[in-house]
Amino acid sequence: MHLKYESQLREPLVYGEKNYHQVTEDIVRPIEAKPSKLWYIGFYISVALLLFGVYSIYRDVTYGIGQWNLNKTVGWGWDITNFVWWVGIGHAGTLISAILLLFRQGWRTGVNRAAEAMTIFAVMCAGQFPIWHMGRVWMAFFVLPYPNTRGPLWVNFNSPLLWDVFAISTYFTVSLLFWYSGLLPDLATVRDRAFTKLRKRLYGVASFGWNGSTKHWQRHESLSLVLAGLSTPLVLSVHTIVSFDFATSVIPGWHTTIFPPYFVAGAIFSGFAMVQTLMVIIRKVFGMEDYITLGHIEAMNKVIVLTGSIVGIAYLTELFMGWYSQNKYEGYTFWYSRAYLFSPYGWSYWGMMACNVLSPQIFWFRKMRRNLFVTFFMSVIVNIGMWFERFVIIVTSLYRDYLPSSWSVYYSPTIWEIGFYAGTFGLFFTCFFLFAKYFPVIAIAEIKYVLKTSGESFKDNMGKIEEQTMEEFVHDHAHH
Amino acid sequence: MAKKKFVVGCFDDEAVLFPAVKKVRTAGYKIKDVYTPFPVHGLDHALGMRETSLHTAGFIYGITGTSTALGSISWILAKDWPLNFGGKPHFALPAWIPITFELTVLFAAVGMVLTFCYLCQMAPFVKKHHFHARATDDLFVMVIECTDKTNAEDLKGFLASSGAVETDIQVAEDGWWLGRYDRDEVPFQKNQTVAA
Repeated sequence: MHLKYESQLREPLVYGEKNYHQVTEDIVRPIEAKPSKLWYIGFYISVALLLFGVYSIYRDVTYGIGQWNLNKTVGWGWDITNFVWWVGIGHAGTLISAILLLFRQGWRTGVNRAAEAMTIFAVMCAGQFPIWHMGRVWMAFFVLPYPNTRGPLWVNFNSPLLWDVFAISTYFTVSLLFWYSGLLPDLATVRDRAFTKLRKRLYGVASFGWNGSTKHWQRHESLSLVLAGLSTPLVLSVHTIVSFDFATSVIPGWHTTIFPPYFVAGAIFSGFAMVQTLMVIIRKVFGMEDYITLGHIEAMNKVIVLTGSIVGIAYLTELFMGWYSQNKYEGYTFWYSRAYLFSPYGWSYWGMMACNVLSPQIFWFRKMRRNLFVTFFMSVIVNIGMWFERFVIIVTSLYRDYLPSSWSVYYSPTIWEIGFYAGTFGLFFTCFFLFAKYFPVIAIAEIKYVLKTSGESFKDNMGKIEEQTMEEFVHDHAHH
Repeated sequence: MAKKKFVVGCFDDEAVLFPAVKKVRTAGYKIKDVYTPFPVHGLDHALGMRETSLHTAGFIYGITGTSTALGSISWILAKDWPLNFGGKPHFALPAWIPITFELTVLFAAVGMVLTFCYLCQMAPFVKKHHFHARATDDLFVMVIECTDKTNAEDLKGFLASSGAVETDIQVAEDGWWLGRYDRDEVPFQKNQTVAA
């Protein structure tokens, strides 16, 4: 038997006097209770935003993307900015569940389920942008390599845009499988304590007949571990490939070899910020303070200050190389279009610097890392900053190209570009509200698994173990 | 499917469960399964189960994905319709690595999940007999299949003396069928609903 011991020095992952049944009660309660007024208000606002987005897209399909303010040099604007922004946010869930599983970070159990759900919804939002940006969206299947009557004429496998198609769709599929296979035992828990027939039936279908057999658990553990192993390089590859969309081009400000690690760090940064935004709300609204503890919040804030600083180094490296390369186009992009405060888009560069590099440094202080108000505020600031980053990269590189005669007028979005973006917020939060109402927001089985080593009320036993001599210790633990 | 007779012992602590598993197996009974609310590490070995080969299947699916990607892309771009992209070689292996990697992961993940569901006989609408509704909540439910020679009452006593908090004799279908969980008896009273 595997030894149930964890140092007392480690903060408990679960607070309060809990047993296994209490864990089930605490986590399933919001599913079984009627949603609060706040839930309805939030849900209706989200649906309203979603409908506005649907109408914006309806107009874009009907009248074409001339509805947007894209022009002859700024061919990518808000839509691709938003695409990269959402994909970046969609990196935290799989990072938490996969990489932190491989690194044996026990604290992931409290937040992984909701973070994975968030990932899936964020990738769904991201996927909208390249699809509707195609304009003639009924031709979208042309990006798939299938035998056709035009030759067959194939897609260009050497193009980063096609790599993106494969990367995003694979990422979405694998994240969904990972999330749902982890959910099966918890859905079975909800099924087995359901008190209405409809509920029992629906959760019965959703849980695939899970019964908790030891053999099934053994396979489930193997499946989770291999999926984690597969997802770890996958999550790094996805934003790497998104960065290739830019890095393999010859546009000043884009063809930079540091893009892959810089984008991946930025993705983790913004993803953790979004997880924080949602966790601070969830733990309060659902009363999950015992499971999503200040320790969890602090751990994620540490990741935020680390990745924010990596992103900061990347910004400074780019600036340095803009000067050091002595390439006048690079120099113009970095030192005029971006870093010069009074250039047309200088505000966005300095907004990015303030939000992403300077403000997260507050998390060097433990008090700030454990302060919920600061955490929530910073999580929003970071995501605003990361939106600026993508906007800076895309628009400041495009609005003035090599020929001054084709420099574009100032690009700003139309209401339908903004509506599309607002619509993806609607989609994201509609999905998230439904998830929070109908699914266990915390991985029940995983909490039970760590309860006896990391639960507050079990930590006292650890003190007894620490006082034992080696002989007593072996005697007590060797008989299994 | 034939119905069989089972003796069920429920334990509420894994520290009691492990010695009990050992005692029951030493006494010569065959444990059909132990249903637990979370993965109990070491229980599979205590029950004498072999390691799962699911990860091997995953490797094979992954390799299939790799060869599918490399095979298709190289045939398409180098043989079926070679296109000239800026004078670069038709066989441009470095540019194919991203898609090859993605398909490797995709095949491995999808294949493994399907294999997992197949091996565990899990799908929507699949129904199995549940020996105790709290097996997904807080009980570790040991199920022993009776043979002609088993004295079920003795075995119940034996389980109770090994620390089982609840014992039971059930006649149930062993295996899975298509059915609905709402046809079961409702095992729980309506919970106190607390506004979230």
